[in-house]
Amino acid sequence: MNPTIRLPGLAPLFLVLTLTILGVLIVLPLGVVFASALSQGLAAYIEPLTHPDALAAIRLTLTVAAISVPLNAIFGVAAAWAIARFEFKGKSLLVTFIDLPFSMSPVVSGLVWVLLFGAQGWFGPWLQDHNIKIIFATSGLVLATVLVTLPFVARELIPLMQDQGADEEAAALTLGAGGFTTFWRVTLPNIKWALLYGVLLCNARAMGEFGAVSVVSGSVRGLTTTLPLHVEVLYNDYEFVGAFAAASILAGLGLVTLVLKSVLEWRHSGELSASRRH
Amino acid sequence: MTAATLASAPKPRTAWVQPSILPGFPLAMGWTLTWLGLIVVLPLTALVIRPWELGLAGVWESLTEPRVLAALRLSFGAALLAALTNVPLGLLVAWTLTRYEFPGRRIVDAFVDLPFALPTAVAGIALTAIYAPTGLLGEPLAKLGIKAAYSPIGVYIALLFIGLPFVVRTVQPVLQDLDIEVEEAATTLGATTLQRFSHVVMPAVAPALISGFSLAFARAVGEYGSVIFIAGNMPLKSEIAPLLIVIRLEQYDYAGAAVVGLAMLAISFGALLAVNGLQLFLAGRGRR
Amino acid sequence: MNFQRADDTSANLALEIKGVSKAYGRFPALKDVSLQARDKEFLALLGPSGSGKTTLLRVLAGLETPDAGEVRFGGEDFLSLPVRHRKVGMVFQHYALFRHMTVAQNIAFGLTVRKRSEKPSKSEIADRVHKLLQLVQLEDLGKRYPSQLSGGQRQRVALARALAIEPRMLLLDEPFGALDAQVRRELRRWLRELHDRAGVTTVFVTHDQEEALDLADRVAILKDGQLIQLGSPNEVYEHPATPFVFDFLGQACRMPGVVEGGRLRIADWDSEAPAGAPQGAVEVFFRPDEVTFAPADGAGLSADVKAVAQRGPDVRIDCRIEGQPVELIGHGPTLPPGVSPGLSVRVRPTRPQVYAAG
Repeated sequence: MNPTIRLPGLAPLFLVLTLTILGVLIVLPLGVVFASALSQGLAAYIEPLTHPDALAAIRLTLTVAAISVPLNAIFGVAAAWAIARFEFKGKSLLVTFIDLPFSMSPVVSGLVWVLLFGAQGWFGPWLQDHNIKIIFATSGLVLATVLVTLPFVARELIPLMQDQGADEEAAALTLGAGGFTTFWRVTLPNIKWALLYGVLLCNARAMGEFGAVSVVSGSVRGLTTTLPLHVEVLYNDYEFVGAFAAASILAGLGLVTLVLKSVLEWRHSGELSASRRH
Repeated sequence: MTAATLASAPKPRTAWVQPSILPGFPLAMGWTLTWLGLIVVLPLTALVIRPWELGLAGVWESLTEPRVLAALRLSFGAALLAALTNVPLGLLVAWTLTRYEFPGRRIVDAFVDLPFALPTAVAGIALTAIYAPTGLLGEPLAKLGIKAAYSPIGVYIALLFIGLPFVVRTVQPVLQDLDIEVEEAATTLGATTLQRFSHVVMPAVAPALISGFSLAFARAVGEYGSVIFIAGNMPLKSEIAPLLIVIRLEQYDYAGAAVVGLAMLAISFGALLAVNGLQLFLAGRGRR
Repeated sequence: MNFQRADDTSANLALEIKGVSKAYGRFPALKDVSLQARDKEFLALLGPSGSGKTTLLRVLAGLETPDAGEVRFGGEDFLSLPVRHRKVGMVFQHYALFRHMTVAQNIAFGLTVRKRSEKPSKSEIADRVHKLLQLVQLEDLGKRYPSQLSGGQRQRVALARALAIEPRMLLLDEPFGALDAQVRRELRRWLRELHDRAGVTTVFVTHDQEEALDLADRVAILKDGQLIQLGSPNEVYEHPATPFVFDFLGQACRMPGVVEGGRLRIADWDSEAPAGAPQGAVEVFFRPDEVTFAPADGAGLSADVKAVAQRGPDVRIDCRIEGQPVELIGHGPTLPPGVSPGLSVRVRPTRPQVYAAG
């Protein structure tokens, strides 16, 4: 008998319980999305997706993600380089601040921008005088999204780079490589999969974010509604099939993210930070 | 050996960053601080400062409005309950995934992360459809006299969904890396299965369970998208704190919204401090 | 400190280290270290962990900047040269191979990162890589990745990569530290031959005294950030400068004694003091196998034999001298018949080292 606790007799019970928990709690909602979206047939599913408002929402979602994700990827690399490669005072405080958005309510992440740039915000009157719109505009959506997704890439890179140590970079320097060459040819290839992993999660959140963007958007149909907000608008208008059709696209995005993420975990486990190795 | 040695005596180190041969610190650090300052620190400063334009009494009044208190109670209560429920559920799922080999295990494992990947609004409307009085599970529950959606129970269910992966994903690596020799040693010393579980496995897993709990709790307290559809949003009954922020913003009551936001941040912070304290206490016991 | 001998300043002096100090926060890692290496010399930095040997090596590579002192190579001020311009071949303790590059790409790296005007052509690089692979006996492994190699193979790749830039000096940090004993011994010989063929000044760090004595032309022994002794393996082994060095270089037995009027007295044994021995209370060190035995009524230290055990060609003798447990090593055929458990014999250290007590 294997001395570790396996309780082989109880295996079926554990398995059934696990599958029930995951099935009811997690898989069922996913199934309901697609079932509801297709409940009136394929034509009724496609029609709301081709509506100009839906297309505008998709375009806006892609735009916001296309701006926010690269910004946070660059931030993540810079922060990881500073934190994992140098010793300085106040490092743990810095890391705490980077993690902070994870423990903030999405609504608060939107609220803070309104407090700054809303009509009665600190910079509101000035912005109004200069005819600049941030809240209820794309730039507000970007700011809210950037705040919510700020930690994702940094969080993947910092532990990995700390794990890998600076020896390879030091070796490159002794071999005559310059700083930029070292980063480009040694550091970046070593972190590329973790970077991709972080970008993947960052992107999923950026495209799917609801609370933060709903606060700053004002939900002007066809102008400031991202896809998740579009889902809400339709749902509140009792256009359930349309709402679920739009939701099914987001669910598809979630599934694709899940698949790519799992592939990265299986194929490149050694090149991700330890907590991601399964 | 006089002047030269004196001149070359070790200098005291006062710089805040240790010298390194690697380049790029000023650039990387400068960018990090600038970005963090603009995106995190500046907005949070506004959150911390704005409530006080109401004055101390005003903040207190705004905070103790029955509707606010009810919303905070619901948000924190439901989050606490859901996170507590997720501890045994998460442990069970993690246990099955690490200790048993079954066909499709990897796929089941991958699905655990779905709540991370599924946009919250999608989860929100899907859960509502399931637990509404006419829904797949809502109907049988309604027959039992349980109103799931549009009630605090609905809030609890949504937070259960959101929090589960946090517990599974923090416990799983610990279960995986649990030193088999320790369990074997316990067996050779005559421990029963139950004793091994309570004396060897649980102490090792407990810190991870606690951090899983606190992650799930922190996420649940502020959760908005998945809750807002299923909650019903009845003032004093099923209205969550983040929604109150939105409502106050719509009334252009910025300071009032900031009061709720700041209160949420403060309570979460206090709760997490308490959890960290518990964890330190447990870790200290483990070392002795 | 006889820092400068006239002949050492001649043209064949390659590396000069003068008064180098380095502290990490409050912890002094190097304290006023001065030493020099001749051209093409194979120099070992030997010391226990925390002795500063690796820090010194990293200072030479340019990976650490000393707080004070001077490092010159070939007369040139080395400290003002950034790492990348020093042209030192560094082999890291854990090799630091680029994990995402093949063996060949690893070796070629130092050539491919050169300025365009100095960069060899593709075919020249391929040629060099091939020659280096031959040199380190890994011809067939050029396409492999570091993770597909054994420890010994990785070590040789690291060496080839360092040699590729035609370094002015080769630096090795615990080159055999991560290898098992068998591979270690083979690589040691091979490395020495390689050094002799390549003719590069080489500095290597080790905590293994056997390795240092076996391999190096000269050994620098460090302790707590200070240079304790510098000399050829023979010099340091035969004439350890301090009890620490004696103890560090091999097994040691120690007895208190007194030197007076050219005589050395240990317990009831009186003998001629070695030349240059300090006066007064002393500590006498000797190696457990550098002893001769005499009958109990002869001259020497009185020892009660407790146990005798054959260990291969040697005999291990557990005895008590002056109430102190001492383990001696004798060679089977020369052992006098009196050495057996329960009996007393006289023991005479053949080459005792005498240090002032305290």
